[in-house]
Amino acid sequence: MKTVEEIRAAILAAVPGAAVTVLPNASPSAQQSLLIGAEHATAIAKFLRDDEELALDFLSNVTGVDWLDKEIAEKVKVTRQVAKPVEGGEPGQVQMMDETVEETRKHVEPGYLEVVYHLFSVAKKHGPVVLRMRTANRTDKAELPSLTPVWRSAEFQEREVFDLFGIVFKGHPDLRRILMWDEFKDFPMRRDYVEPDDFEYEPTPHDEVLKRAQAHRAHVGAAEAKP
Amino acid sequence: MAVDQNLKIELGKQGIVVTTLEELYNWGRRSSIWPMQFGLACCAIEMIATTMARYDLARFGSEVFRPSPRQADMMIISGTVTKKMAPQVVRLYNQMAEPRYVIAMGACAISGGPFKQGYNVLKGIDRYIPVDVHIPGCPPRPEALIQAFMTLQKKIDGQSLTGEDRPRHLDKDAQGEFPVPEFGEHDLEPASNKGVWTVPTIIK
Repeated sequence: MKTVEEIRAAILAAVPGAAVTVLPNASPSAQQSLLIGAEHATAIAKFLRDDEELALDFLSNVTGVDWLDKEIAEKVKVTRQVAKPVEGGEPGQVQMMDETVEETRKHVEPGYLEVVYHLFSVAKKHGPVVLRMRTANRTDKAELPSLTPVWRSAEFQEREVFDLFGIVFKGHPDLRRILMWDEFKDFPMRRDYVEPDDFEYEPTPHDEVLKRAQAHRAHVGAAEAKP
Repeated sequence: MAVDQNLKIELGKQGIVVTTLEELYNWGRRSSIWPMQFGLACCAIEMIATTMARYDLARFGSEVFRPSPRQADMMIISGTVTKKMAPQVVRLYNQMAEPRYVIAMGACAISGGPFKQGYNVLKGIDRYIPVDVHIPGCPPRPEALIQAFMTLQKKIDGQSLTGEDRPRHLDKDAQGEFPVPEFGEHDLEPASNKGVWTVPTIIK
């Protein structure tokens, strides 16, 4: 089978203007993946399926990943002017001097939701090719194109990703919750998901559960003490 | 009025059978507890094994698994009760005729088991319906289920037809219908039936 770099070149030749990046994998499996832009995703998927050499006719797995906002701290050297008392001078006499200080600057890299597709070829007996797509952010722009029109097997798995991560797949024929009930509002596999506070009975609590049980007891105790 | 055991044996030797209506009635009830035919997860496989030739649940009069709640006397909660499934389980229980009994089989059915801290699994079916016998295990062996059957039979045998501990179908004021929880935005509403389940006191 072609390497990921070769697949990337083939995609770029077939789909002009497509955004394709190779994401390296440093682990022993060295399973490199292709990050594709949402704009040309359907065209890229069609190419991967229909290309005679690749013939990736089988989509085995669709899954989601939640990447939180990242706060990055950088150390920067800043030069600024400081007023200092003059040595041996009269009290109150100051002199402006340059001073170099190290400052820590923080900036937030916005998080995103990611969806990962594992492709195989039954005809050519090769694979997997790993595709990834990323949403613009985690809140109001969690939209991606659906690959169900290309691979039918994506239908239920994309529904599951929608159910648990809240990624909205444009062009999906039947995007409803699949595991949780329709009235459910949260996305349980997101990392900022807060479970309902039902820690009233934990006979053997430990670690995180112990903390939640104690918080629940304090909360209920305060509510009972009020009236 | 119970019959003295020694007198009963003595009369039996003379060819006279003595019994009470209560004994006869409970003997009939406990010897034909028909379970409802439904399984929820892997515990159901053990439940099926219990009915097969090796463990032979028929010895206890419970071989007839009824596919309708109207004809069943007992419900075996055999496996994980997800929050999505819980209203259906309560509804099926409501549709059963009295006298009805519940066996919660396995770690999931009694407490949520390994999924207790998950977002989608009920922390024990006893939060919504009264459970007569809890069996631990993951899954419990068929012997454990048979043990639960025998415990339930003992319980039925011990019930008197009048007085405080009479079975629910002879109690005019006993609760017949149990509220079915609704699907809420974050959890089932209510999260438990306060009339059935109260938070146990944890003694440290």
